Amino acid sequence: MSANLLILTAPLAGALIAGLLGRIIGTRAAIGATIAGMVISAWLAIQVFMEVAVGDGQVIREEIFSWIVSGGFQVHFGILIDRITAIMLIVVSGISTLIHIYSIGYMAEDPDEPRFFSYLSLFTFAMLALVMADNFLQLFFGWEGVGLASYLLIGFWYRKESACNAAIKAFLVNRVGDFGFALGIFTIFMIFGTLDYDRVFEMAGKGTFPPTVDFLMFGPVDTLTLICLLLFVGAMGKSAQFLLHTWLPDAMEGPTPVSALIHAATMVTAGVFMVCRASPLFELSTTALGVVTVVGAVTAFFAASVGLVQNDIKKVIAYSTCSQLGYMFFAAGVSAYAASMFHLMTHAFFKALLFLSAGAVIHAMHHEQDMRRMGGLARKIPMTYAVMMIGTLALTGFPFLAGFYSKDAILESAFAAHTAVGTFAWLMGMMAAVLTTFYSFRLVFMTFHGKPADHHAYDHAHEAPWSMRGPLLLLAVGAVFAGMLGAPMIEAGWFASAVVLAPGHDALAHAHHVPLWVKWLPFAAFLVGLGMAWLMYVRLPTLPGIMAETFRRSHRFLANAWYFDRLYDWMFVNMAKKIGEGLWRTGDETIIDGYGVNGVAATCVRIAGWLRSVQSGYVYHYAFVMVIGVLVLVTVYT
Amino acid sequence: MLSLVTFLPLLGALAIAIGVRNNAHKANMARYGALIVSLATFFLSLVLLHRFDVASSAFQFLEEVPWLPAFGIHYRMGVDGISLPFVLLTTLLTPICILASWESIQKRVKEYMIAFLALEAFVVGVFCALDFILFYILWEAMLIPMFLIIGVWGGPNRIYAAMKFFLYTLAGSVLMLLAVLAMGIKGGTFSIPELMDLPLSFQFQVWVFLGFFVSFSVKVPMWPVHTWLPDAHVEAPTAGSVILAGILLKMGAYGFLRFSIPMLPDAARFFTPLIFALSLVAVIYTALVALMQRDLKKLIAYSSVSHMGFVTIGLFTFNQQGVEGGILQMINHGIVAGALFLLVGVIYDRLHTREIIRFGGLAQRMPIYAVIFMLFSMASVGLPGTNGFVGEFLILLGAFLASKAVAFLAATGVVLGAAYMLWMYKRVVFGEIRNPEVSALKDVGMRELATFIPLIVLVFWIGFYPKPFLDVFHVSVQHLLEQASVIKTGAVVMGMK
Repeated sequence: MSANLLILTAPLAGALIAGLLGRIIGTRAAIGATIAGMVISAWLAIQVFMEVAVGDGQVIREEIFSWIVSGGFQVHFGILIDRITAIMLIVVSGISTLIHIYSIGYMAEDPDEPRFFSYLSLFTFAMLALVMADNFLQLFFGWEGVGLASYLLIGFWYRKESACNAAIKAFLVNRVGDFGFALGIFTIFMIFGTLDYDRVFEMAGKGTFPPTVDFLMFGPVDTLTLICLLLFVGAMGKSAQFLLHTWLPDAMEGPTPVSALIHAATMVTAGVFMVCRASPLFELSTTALGVVTVVGAVTAFFAASVGLVQNDIKKVIAYSTCSQLGYMFFAAGVSAYAASMFHLMTHAFFKALLFLSAGAVIHAMHHEQDMRRMGGLARKIPMTYAVMMIGTLALTGFPFLAGFYSKDAILESAFAAHTAVGTFAWLMGMMAAVLTTFYSFRLVFMTFHGKPADHHAYDHAHEAPWSMRGPLLLLAVGAVFAGMLGAPMIEAGWFASAVVLAPGHDALAHAHHVPLWVKWLPFAAFLVGLGMAWLMYVRLPTLPGIMAETFRRSHRFLANAWYFDRLYDWMFVNMAKKIGEGLWRTGDETIIDGYGVNGVAATCVRIAGWLRSVQSGYVYHYAFVMVIGVLVLVTVYT
Repeated sequence: MLSLVTFLPLLGALAIAIGVRNNAHKANMARYGALIVSLATFFLSLVLLHRFDVASSAFQFLEEVPWLPAFGIHYRMGVDGISLPFVLLTTLLTPICILASWESIQKRVKEYMIAFLALEAFVVGVFCALDFILFYILWEAMLIPMFLIIGVWGGPNRIYAAMKFFLYTLAGSVLMLLAVLAMGIKGGTFSIPELMDLPLSFQFQVWVFLGFFVSFSVKVPMWPVHTWLPDAHVEAPTAGSVILAGILLKMGAYGFLRFSIPMLPDAARFFTPLIFALSLVAVIYTALVALMQRDLKKLIAYSSVSHMGFVTIGLFTFNQQGVEGGILQMINHGIVAGALFLLVGVIYDRLHTREIIRFGGLAQRMPIYAVIFMLFSMASVGLPGTNGFVGEFLILLGAFLASKAVAFLAATGVVLGAAYMLWMYKRVVFGEIRNPEVSALKDVGMRELATFIPLIVLVFWIGFYPKPFLDVFHVSVQHLLEQASVIKTGAVVMGMK
């Protein structure tokens, strides 16, 4: 087995050992097995990264085994490691390892620990399979695999009704996205006759394919636009973009390490990864890129606006994730793939850090998640406060921390794109930046500053064990330095070998030449957001209540996340149930069985009954009929 | 060789009938006898597979004995790559069924085992028969043991269900008999391989197709003649449901593959839009109906109709991916729906109810059960890595190449499939324990585990490495598509000279 394959299989082995043998070998051994698998995987990932990072961007390719062969359709499992994959390998295996370790402390009192670690490792396996794929179907394999792991982990506390519902919701919304993804894969095969990245991208680049294709009632449409948009529907589901975002906030029902790993750092970025991976296709469709930009920009703003009024500490961070994913998408939409991947990487660090710090807070507060019941915790858990502050500063773009470099690169690229959608994205991104700073500091102020709201919980608050603090510190280091280290690589065009740029799509290159005010505006946004948060949650803590009262309707609109959940519940869930019930009761039972099957049977019985009554066997019946017959005959013939 | 595989179960049934006395103490003898016979049959069929030449599309292991030569009726047997998988599916599921009935069947054990072995023999015979009359007789004969299994060992409403099942299928079969006779008289022989090359006028094809269609569509079942299935499943004993979903439903689709498409290609192409339309209704309509079921078995029964809708779409795409996906999905459905019915049986044996609302929180008492149930639910939902994905994907890919609208609509069934399965799973396995009886439940035992393990292995084997399975019918499907692409009506002119 090659070392590269081991990156993939080590977590799988850990998952299987913990999952199947957990009860036999005991909790400690099960956890040990998963962590051993993760350490092996992370170690090998670093080696591969080093190999791919230097030099002029060589690519590692391996074929593992043939998967499905049917006629002209051939797909295999394979490995492709270029620089996009390499960076994802580091992010996924690295952060997953840290979160495995963190979970030792966080999940210590849970009776189902082996199951938890098994799922975590299973997730890591699927995610690695996703990023290492060398064809679209394997991508889809990993894609649905991480969806399964996400479903299992959101519903990990399966006794809770809300957790189970959230798990189902996540799975189903993602299925809707995957529906589009699958149609995209079919179209790719129909057009190119293969699903291998290399061959598809090569043919797309050369233009050896029919330029238009008939699609349903839309008639002939541009081939690549169709493919890209269908793929993007999948990306929207997985990365919780506007319209398909509703599952992500609910997914916070899962244990916090899950939120950090899956619903912040890795899985939800799969959509961004997919768009960057398929850049050779997206680059050839201005329409598709435009859609990606607009959807990303709207999500960035929408999610940030909802984040303003959430009171659940995890939901704030969840909406923040949603919003930041929007940034990554519109960066990809203006062809700044490198900035997009860069932000994906820095975001993984500081968002995992934020979630895990929130986990430490929740741990300290004995599973309290409502920020209104917190306050003043800075004195009780100073280390958690410190790392949370680092995460917040990194997210909000405080100079020289991780988010500062990557977010600015995105905003400047959007500005430099000089297209209508680019400018729109820039505008949305700027507004979202103000909101981001506001809700992030609101979270910090409500949780750590002010007076404790719940004295009992406050008194018992305690710092987390070292297994949790260690990963926090490492992630904090990442959140501080990832930007500084990454920025020069981005400038040097480190990703150039892994993405394709159409001529003229050079927003990122022009990002340096934007006017000075554009460069400084994000910092101004930071100051404005910080100032407002300070004013409302430190200086005048009664103000938010008064504002919520004054602008009640807007507040409710935001608090209910623009009413999407209610709309979808009414439109899809209730409709499906009503239609299902109607088809069953009316369609099957009344019409088909009632009038059809049983109706026919009843008619047969009736006719038979009638026939039987004719043959009654009584002589006088027959005699009577005979008499009538004779009468009729006589009448007719005379 | 083929006759041995076919009639070994019947011999076994005979031996049990004569050798085992009607005595409650002897019930175990009947059980072990049936298990040994069915396992022996399975191993024999594996030998068959081993000796089968996958590179040839011809019928193999041919046997021919004159029967009523004056009418061109012979005892003809043989398998090709399309029928062999179904033979294996039958011989695999039968021992599993017998094992699953070990404790749940307590009355008339001997007769039950005889019925099961007879059923196996007839079904294997249906898949091996190469003579239309032989095929028809076995097709009808198979109804008798199934009718008895539902009617004698079934639930409280078993007589209604058994009658409905019997009359529904019989009504269909009558028209098939007409079609069979028409073909035989036209061709002067009842040999299936010979009739495949018979030139036929379009009109003749249409009538014969319709005759077959009525019979096969009831068996599949296609919408709107599916309503016998939920009733039959609900009343049938666990193993009866497994065989019903696992194998009997496949006979209808097998009929399309063996007769309708290669013998009547022009009519088949002509009726494709109708088949697609009915299949799409089945996929979406029954998925929505499944969503609202209160009875576990009914839910899985409706899901079967929905899944078989995918199969019929695949078979009529007339391309390699669709047809291979269709065949594979039939095997997958046999495995997965079979396992799901076994899973329902496990908890039915313990609680004597199938009402979803009576369960909840099973995961707390039956963790192994919960894992197995999750696994088959995911296979049913078509998660990549399980067998369900490979079949569904190939079908949808084939459908997409044939008609984008069909693929688009059928793919919505994949979303709905996830909805009803996951919701059901949540209500049964997750949550708090509401029914106090649930807290006393025992997890699956070794015997029950033994019924699941072979199916679990197949789920992943086909999911990750379907090549050996696809290889069995690759060449035969190619051959089938060649047959289907011939325009036979043109050939009529040449044939008449």
